[in-house]
Amino acid sequence: MSLLSTRGLSKNFDGLQAVSNVDFDLPEGQIRALIGPNGAGKTTFVSLLCGRITPSSGSVSFDGRDISKLPAHKRINLGMAYTFQITSVFANLSVSENVSLAARKRVRGPSVMTVVQQVLDKVGLADRLDQIAGDLSYGHQRLLEIAMGLAQAPRLLILDEPTQGLADSEITAFKSLIRDLSSTTTILLIEHNMSVVMETADIITVLNFGEVLAEGSPAEIHANAEVQTAYLGTG
Amino acid sequence: MSNTKKTLVLHLGLLVVLFALQFVLPAYHHGNLARIMVLAAYAVGYNILFGYTGLLSLGHALFFAAGMYGMGLMINQFGAAPFPALIAGLLAGALVSLALGFLALRTEGVAFMIVTLMFAQAGYLTVLYFGTYTRGDEGFVIQQAERVLWCIDLSDPTNRYFAAFLIFGVSLLLTLRLVQTPFGRVLIAIRENEERARMLGYDVFAHKLAAVVLSGTISAMAGAGYGLLFGYVGASFASVQYSIFPLLWVLLGGAGTVLGPFVGTLFMFYLIDLSSGLTSAYMLIAGVVLVLLTLFAPQGLVGELRNRLWKELP
Repeated sequence: MSLLSTRGLSKNFDGLQAVSNVDFDLPEGQIRALIGPNGAGKTTFVSLLCGRITPSSGSVSFDGRDISKLPAHKRINLGMAYTFQITSVFANLSVSENVSLAARKRVRGPSVMTVVQQVLDKVGLADRLDQIAGDLSYGHQRLLEIAMGLAQAPRLLILDEPTQGLADSEITAFKSLIRDLSSTTTILLIEHNMSVVMETADIITVLNFGEVLAEGSPAEIHANAEVQTAYLGTG
Repeated sequence: MSNTKKTLVLHLGLLVVLFALQFVLPAYHHGNLARIMVLAAYAVGYNILFGYTGLLSLGHALFFAAGMYGMGLMINQFGAAPFPALIAGLLAGALVSLALGFLALRTEGVAFMIVTLMFAQAGYLTVLYFGTYTRGDEGFVIQQAERVLWCIDLSDPTNRYFAAFLIFGVSLLLTLRLVQTPFGRVLIAIRENEERARMLGYDVFAHKLAAVVLSGTISAMAGAGYGLLFGYVGASFASVQYSIFPLLWVLLGGAGTVLGPFVGTLFMFYLIDLSSGLTSAYMLIAGVVLVLLTLFAPQGLVGELRNRLWKELP
């Protein structure tokens, strides 16, 4: 059964059809990658899922329940977590406070710090607990975002271009982190880095001009002529 | 000593010093300090919304006046005793801030400033409109006999000082505690990055509304206290000037610091007091000092202290 599904989901901005009539199903436990050329509507699509923007038409359901009318914070409390494409941490607060804010939605008291330690260990920022988040390098801020997502212990983790700005070694660590997570969490990943997509995703969905162009296993997508055209042009 | 302990010692230390000062201060400064403490409680209330939640209100005089008139009219019109009158003032502040918050929080940024300003102006005009009861601009005096709370005459300077000290102490300790609670941390998170706080699953509107009510109720407590301790209730306390004052005090002292509101109020009060002793053009001196402060201590006095010396100061 699908953890998340959409039916006829559309969004237009002043006539620009950013997302157009998308039917999408994400089964529980899957790692799904969402790829597509720039401007394909990937970020708009996930923003519709987690309620940052309201759809022009169509519906979203999560865990069998229609959540189209729910405000963002209620959707998050149902078990979604969202990391921003453009890094959005609490820049003036410490690393540990950033993660604590995420953790305190589900635990209280001393266990907050335990969770903070755990997730910062996982992303490799454990030694930067007391640093101000805004002083971290860009790549480390991306990792902090991921740590905040992990601290929420979501059922569905939506990652919007998580590896942007990461060093190669950090990307390798990220891939194994995602694989570890997949036993407990369903993951929807917007990603441009093809090695990350090909090595982690179970299924890939390709968006182009706001529509689903193709969907299939990494191997199928790799061989798909339409996808190659969308990315590379017909020449 | 751990940081939490050091912080506690510092804040309790200030309260001890303020308590002790009443025995040594000459009468003039003794009276001033009582006034400053009540006004600082107002600034503390303002700081919860502006300094910690990041919402700039230009209409806090509405809450200050709601407390003051809620208290004053109970005594003047209904002959209530001071204690129920004070409670009425607090309730008035809580209700008015709940209503204002509910409406004004539909807006953001500059629009929020304008909406709060407009509502406060409407409040001011309401006070004038019902001049039969409020006596408008002229205001009304609360007689000495009406200011006796549980056999304590609040017009007596010593009692008055102690009551002002209590009002300020309660508001200070409340903020100090607030910023350590998960609720207070969420307010700070909203100030820092509202969208991120929302996407962590926090109900931003509900948190902001609670902050408005808390801030408004503390402001109302200060307003009710001020009227009762100094025996006068007048429309000037509902005017736009009294919305700007707490903003100025908090900015000078340091927005988002627990001690800032008191330091700012004290500084501003004595800046005017001392410069007006020197020259009739005292606003010129005050103005120059304020410009210098914004240039060289843009975070306010306590804010600068935090930046330079004590990073963990709440």
